Amino acid sequence: MALTGIEIYKLLPKTNCKECGFPTCLAFAMKVAAKAVEISLCPDLSEEAKQALEAAARPPIRLVTIGAGERKVEVGNEVVMFRHEKTFYHPPGLMFRVNDTAAPEEIAKLVEEVASYSVERVGMQLELDGFAIDNKSGDAAAFANCAELVESKTDLPLVLMSSDPACMSAALEKVATGKPLLYAANKDNSDKMVELALKYGCPLAVYASDGLSELAELTEKVSEGGVEDIVIDPGARDFAQSLTTLTQLRRLALRKSFRPLGYPIITFPGEAAASAEEEALLAGQQIAKYAGIIVLDRFSPSVAYPLLTLRLNIYIDPQKPIQMTPGVYQIGAPKETSPLCVTTNFSLTYFSVAGELESSAWASWLLVCDTEGLSVLTSWAAGKFDAEKIAKSVKEFDVAKNISHRSLVLLGKVAVLRGELEEELPDWKIMVGPLEAMDIGGYLKQHWTA
Amino acid sequence: MAAVEMPVEKWTGKVHEVRLGGEGRKSIVVGGETTLPFLHFEGSIPNRIAVAVEVQDQEPSDWATSLVSAWGDVLRDPGAWAKKAAEFGADIIVLRLRSAHPEERNTGAAEAKAAVDKVLSAVDLPVIVLGPEVAEKDNEVLVAASEVARGSRVALGNCMEKNYRTIAATAIADGHVVIAKTPIEINLAKQLNILISDIGVPVDAILMDPTTGALGYGLEYSYSMMERLHLAALQGDAMTAMPMVCTVGEEAWRQKEARVAEGVPASWGDHEQRSLLWEEFTAISLINSGADIVVLRHPKAVEVVKATIDRLMSQV
Ligand code: B12
Ligand code: SF4
Repeated sequence: MALTGIEIYKLLPKTNCKECGFPTCLAFAMKVAAKAVEISLCPDLSEEAKQALEAAARPPIRLVTIGAGERKVEVGNEVVMFRHEKTFYHPPGLMFRVNDTAAPEEIAKLVEEVASYSVERVGMQLELDGFAIDNKSGDAAAFANCAELVESKTDLPLVLMSSDPACMSAALEKVATGKPLLYAANKDNSDKMVELALKYGCPLAVYASDGLSELAELTEKVSEGGVEDIVIDPGARDFAQSLTTLTQLRRLALRKSFRPLGYPIITFPGEAAASAEEEALLAGQQIAKYAGIIVLDRFSPSVAYPLLTLRLNIYIDPQKPIQMTPGVYQIGAPKETSPLCVTTNFSLTYFSVAGELESSAWASWLLVCDTEGLSVLTSWAAGKFDAEKIAKSVKEFDVAKNISHRSLVLLGKVAVLRGELEEELPDWKIMVGPLEAMDIGGYLKQHWTA
Repeated sequence: MAAVEMPVEKWTGKVHEVRLGGEGRKSIVVGGETTLPFLHFEGSIPNRIAVAVEVQDQEPSDWATSLVSAWGDVLRDPGAWAKKAAEFGADIIVLRLRSAHPEERNTGAAEAKAAVDKVLSAVDLPVIVLGPEVAEKDNEVLVAASEVARGSRVALGNCMEKNYRTIAATAIADGHVVIAKTPIEINLAKQLNILISDIGVPVDAILMDPTTGALGYGLEYSYSMMERLHLAALQGDAMTAMPMVCTVGEEAWRQKEARVAEGVPASWGDHEQRSLLWEEFTAISLINSGADIVVLRHPKAVEVVKATIDRLMSQV
């Protein structure tokens, strides 16, 4: 929580010595509160004041990094309960569980599938985030070998899951440089787990399933032991329990500034699910409702794709739709006889259309009008996409210079604009395309003749 | 260390309760929440979130093949279709009078009456009747539907900015409920609820449809708008406190991910599972943001969503 000017003033020496360049300590405090100047300009701050200020500047939910290198995952540091209040910042990491009892070929196959999984949406490549290696065997050597095998196949971050410090230690000897998350310290093993986290500089998960008081007690102990990068697991597993507990944790951190539980949360939706669908839906709920790391038990592309899409939806900044720069885009390598289509600059709309043109192998020109990032009907209803706007864009981007024909494919949803557009662009032939982008290939095949 | 004290919000408002059905037919009450979705520790959620199933008055010509094969022959008869939907676990039947659309068969009052009658006599579940969403046609067919359904307390939709008067008047006369539909905007939603209340529809006879965007196609807008409407209701604004209906199936099954099996990226995965998940994800996300009724299309989605609602309704 940010401090007010008065609260900061109370922490200053109150001597009005002017060293900071301000006439009084109070004037300086006000500027600091407004973030106009740095507190360090006052040379006489007490240690106690420094600590209090630093504590106040800390985010209510700690930002924790899992993994090292390019694909590391950063979670936490959220500031709101609801995305419309500002935005959600750090999308939860989607990790897949690997059991150390599985056959090496099976493990290698899963790791390969998950790590290479990638799906395109609105021009972005969406990918999965890592692996949680579970010490099901209870055996140190098996665990270490499994961790080593996974690490040899991927750069993605890892979670090491074992409650036995000896097993954890064995695995860390092999894979500690990747800064895996250690899961988990519990009331019986926490001293040893803290030791390992400190020794290897890894983040540490803390597990307590018998109430948030116990969980808070344990995180305090761990943090007093010197580990700051903490991820918490309150043990809530099923739909209702997860929703309740994760909401309480987020509220405690944000509304009550309750430090001992101000950490990202790890969840295991597969543990309460009897099928891949149930697991996926629970994971979906946890994406929206407050998880930081989600460990899944079942991988398949048909589950990964909706999950990644949902994550993109929930974590997009509600204040700014993703937009394209207006202009003429080339799809494939269009020639002067290739079709010319028109659309809006909402990125979802653009990519739906561009994607269809690409996959139906129609090299073409795509005129993208400035609709302030709104979709077709939304911008049409808001008066931001009309015949005049399209005609203006045709001229502004000198569409004609690339092509030998004068035909323009209008989108089906705004077929009503045809008449007006013919008036605005008298030399052009206006063709009315299909309603949905997915039918554009078939439409062009039937109607395009230039 | 002292025990952690759970933060509990003190809400002053409550979502209105709306009853459908009754008089010889099963009845259902939706709404009534005094807290955010499924936060049982903080308030009450007296009524289960309802799963409605969409039935159309003509065989759909543009439905995805997996939907068509899941239903089979009943798609040709709204009565048989509704019956099967009841068997699949529907809490409510939504009859969409699609044939009345000017670009379909432009059917009128007589056909609407026949279709409504068929559904009402085939099942004893509560019913929602939706027009084709073309203002003048909605007025025509919903007035007809209202008459046939007198005594069955159905919901008539949609009241939109342009045509709320006729539908609301008919609903008052015949003792039905109305659905107020607005395009994902809190002020428009509130405004329409006020207009409808002002002409005499009681608050326990209004549902609202804040407009659904499917997963990947505007879901985030619906999600946040519904959270805002629900929060406003809990903060005491009676004109945003109507239970919410979401046309999940219609939106989800329009999208390419649900419809298309071939010629799509391999990373989209198995079509059968992906298409179902598209509908289910949209449903569960909106249920978690405040939906009181979700209207679904696929029988398997009905089963999965109902099971999930059961789990969310269970106290912890
Ligand atoms: C999300 C959404 C919003 C978001 C905006 C999202 C955005 N960035 O555009 C918000 C909440 C802000 C919004 C606001 C409004 N909205 Co709005 N919104 C929607 C919603 C739910 C989805 C729109 C969407 O994203 N579709 C997905 C994109 C990809 O679709 P698309 O752009 O049409 O593209 C497809 C096709 O057109 C085609 N296509 C596109 N280009 C081309 C080109 C060619 C050549 C071809 C062949 C095909 C083609 O392919 C694409 C994929 O198939 C729809 C309802 C619905 N369920 O569809 C209402 C809807 C579009 N909104 C509507 C309205 C009225 C509004 C408002 C004007 C309401 C108001 N009065 O405030 C405002 C205006 C906003 C403003 N700032 O002024 C109405 C429009 C009614 C009408 N028929 O005119 C709709 C239909 C809802 C309704 N049923 O009433 N909206
Ligand atoms: S330097 Fe510090 S003590 Fe001196 S006036 Fe500024 S704030 Fe006050």
